[in-house]
Amino acid sequence: MSRIEDGGRLRPERLRPGWVAAALGAVVVAALAGVTVGAASLPPGAVLRELLGLASSLTDQQVAIVEQIRLPRVVLGLLVGGTLSISGASYQGVFRNPLADPYLLGAAAGAGLGVTIVIVRLPDGSATPGAAPIAAFIGALVAVFLAYLLGAAGSGHGSPASLILAGVAVASFLTAVQTYVQQLNQDTIRQVYSWILGRLSSAGWHEVRVLLPYAVVSWVVLLAHARVLDVLAVGDDEASTLGIHARRIRLIVVIAASLGTAAAVSVSGLIAFLGIIVPHTVRLCAGRSNRVVLPLSLLFGGAFLCAADLLSRTIAAPGEIPIGVVTAFFGAPFFVLVLRTSRRLGVAP
Amino acid sequence: MIRLTAVSVDLGRRPVLRDVSLTVGRGEWVTVVGANGAGKSTLLRFVSGLVRGRGDLALDGRDADSLRHRDRARLVALVPQSPIVPDGIRVVDYVLLGRTPHLGPLGAEGPGDLACVHESLERLDLVPFAQRAVTTLSGGERQRVLIARALAQQAPIVLLDEPTTSLDVGHQQQVLELVDTLRRDHDLTVVTTMHDLTLAGQYADRVVLLDDGQVVVDGSAAEVLTEANLLRYYGARVRVVRHDTGVAVLPLRPPSTSASAVG
Repeated sequence: MSRIEDGGRLRPERLRPGWVAAALGAVVVAALAGVTVGAASLPPGAVLRELLGLASSLTDQQVAIVEQIRLPRVVLGLLVGGTLSISGASYQGVFRNPLADPYLLGAAAGAGLGVTIVIVRLPDGSATPGAAPIAAFIGALVAVFLAYLLGAAGSGHGSPASLILAGVAVASFLTAVQTYVQQLNQDTIRQVYSWILGRLSSAGWHEVRVLLPYAVVSWVVLLAHARVLDVLAVGDDEASTLGIHARRIRLIVVIAASLGTAAAVSVSGLIAFLGIIVPHTVRLCAGRSNRVVLPLSLLFGGAFLCAADLLSRTIAAPGEIPIGVVTAFFGAPFFVLVLRTSRRLGVAP
Repeated sequence: MIRLTAVSVDLGRRPVLRDVSLTVGRGEWVTVVGANGAGKSTLLRFVSGLVRGRGDLALDGRDADSLRHRDRARLVALVPQSPIVPDGIRVVDYVLLGRTPHLGPLGAEGPGDLACVHESLERLDLVPFAQRAVTTLSGGERQRVLIARALAQQAPIVLLDEPTTSLDVGHQQQVLELVDTLRRDHDLTVVTTMHDLTLAGQYADRVVLLDDGQVVVDGSAAEVLTEANLLRYYGARVRVVRHDTGVAVLPLRPPSTSASAVG
């Protein structure tokens, strides 16, 4: 037997085709359910035929519901869910911290402040739908930039701990400013609050077009760095003796994940918890290597948010529950279940 | 293979290495000894590029400052004293990390890399453990996994920081015998730090004694590990026993205390 064949028997941890198929299946099922189920009941078979471009029995109005309301909302759910989940997985990898989430470096607080200022300054509502996402995007990026600057200048010179501490400081400061601005303008609290809980309700193709380029760039960069993130898991010093420039990699990954997060937050508001539960569930079930966790988080995260959005608009129909409430309400018990099951099977630590 | 010329390293404002000049030849085994805080680990960290300092360092005849991270990692492998082992990582994946310097920044491992890992595992009798989590292994097995990673790195210089700490005496000997065999078979240049002076006296070609960041004695084990040197630099009373494999150092209790204990 040749040496190369010998090496091939070693089976290092890699993304298995079965998991990819399962994740793609979840995306398809969640997306189909999202398009066919809703306030106006449409026959699923006809919707499917319409989506595939075949002749269907749908009226023009029903076609408009599918194409202009439900489809963009489903696509946006997939994009936002996937982006927040892969960003969370990347943050956890790059900071070697299981509690790291996409908002770790103050992105949420920055976005919150940006939106609050816009809502307060433009209270008539007419300018808000267009301006709020831009303000959220800028706020999130400025916060992450500040956190990185402070963390890199601190005693740890960009070590995971000093960046996390800087992020906590920036988030606290920006949250304080946001609360102060909000208290001064109590008439807009409801609007700000509704944004902070997250929503996909105003989604249209415009939001999809805004998010898509940032999301795709962020995914490509993060997926390309999955292997190097596995090397960073042994710590900056050891990674450095293995030829990795740890600080440079961390900077690239943080920028890519923050860019995706800022873009997602700008169109969906703050959807909590997703960036933690999806990557951890994948880690517990499918493997710990970032080459497994990152792509599967992207797919399962999209499917999960799509399903959560479906629940948020059907449970209390015709009203809607904020999607952040749904992700946390169903996500937390599900995560506990996964944790318990994997402990029993001896997978978890 | 390694040439340090007038190297000084400060950590914070404290000088940790002072004007150290040292040459280690190809295939040589040099063990660095010295009391706690003498600068042993800092010397290894300087050679592997983890701390910066003044003075010159040449690795395989090339100026170390001019080497990129990846090229340096192809020359020098470090087995740290307390490595960070990622939670749940399996032996095969951990040893595969040793191939990192041979891959492009965004590249993936190929069959050649897996073959190299397999060879390292085979060399260290670790093939049956390949799919086990590193954290479930015993101390001796784990130390072998660390050495396997360094071997997979295929660097001609291997630095081992306290490779025998936390191992029992049998495993200490096994690990050092293994390092010695690998050194001969692969023509490796080995630099270790060691607290156990008997092991240092048995295994190294050359022993370098550091005191307060300076090289104070450099020579064969018999020349360096003398009762006078150990009293002077460690403040230790010892008996040095010569044996055909090297020297053994026996720590002895000071006579006044032992007399009063008996009396």
